[in-house]
Amino acid sequence: MVVDQLSDADVDRLFQALADATRRDIIARVITGEYSVSALATHYTMSFAAVQKHVAVLERASLVTKEKRGREQIVRGNREAVQRARQLLDEYEMIWRQRVDRIADILTEEPEE
Amino acid sequence: MSVISSHKDAEALSLTIVAEFNAGVERVWRIWEDPRQLERWWGPPTWPATFEKHEFTPGGGATYFMTGPDGEKARGWWKFTAIDAPNKLEFDDGFADEHWEPVAEMGETHAAVTLAATGGRTRMTILSTFESAEQLEKMVTMGMEEGMKEAMGQIDAILAEQALV
Repeated sequence: MVVDQLSDADVDRLFQALADATRRDIIARVITGEYSVSALATHYTMSFAAVQKHVAVLERASLVTKEKRGREQIVRGNREAVQRARQLLDEYEMIWRQRVDRIADILTEEPEE
Repeated sequence: MSVISSHKDAEALSLTIVAEFNAGVERVWRIWEDPRQLERWWGPPTWPATFEKHEFTPGGGATYFMTGPDGEKARGWWKFTAIDAPNKLEFDDGFADEHWEPVAEMGETHAAVTLAATGGRTRMTILSTFESAEQLEKMVTMGMEEGMKEAMGQIDAILAEQALV
């Protein structure tokens, strides 16, 4: 009942998209407002083409949407996709499950002090 | 398996995790109270946590950083809003910049932890509440960074585990 909305391929795409610091930074920017790809590119030392590639990866993971407006490509955080609260809670749960496992290990190693 | 249940409330933006441990309440309390034990489990092995400050009293604060595989540091702060040893603690949790100033736009999470004895074992309940979906999303995006390597390796196992919940 929990993660059946996310296929393994979706999870992989999401994780790969988020595994890069530049892409996380791009998401953080476009979630709060729209940016053209060229405006985004001014924030990074890499080439416009490299930024465009990062945007394409995010787009494939449904984390952002891109729309042509005149000569500009406008990038927006895909709120619906990104804010699927339930899925995010799943991810947060995973962080806690790993913590709980580590606590159990400590308590096994050192039952009494 | 230590986690016995979880409950997500997407509208209230909260997550409840219930876990049971083979140890007494006083012993489990120490994994929160003792910063040296806390830092052994708060961050994943690839992003171990170091607590620089840990004022374990109501109104007290904690600061910590997590060190990534390339030496990068992610900083965080806690403010203990309630401590009732050995059964209850509550704290606000947020990100900090390199001067340990809270990063306001990242928002904060509130965590309420209760420990209860159940016949020699301890049941730990953690209720995490987020300010907004946006904030949750940022926490997860940042949390993903911390847990990324582990998550990549363990995702199959975790999905299998969650499917049973």
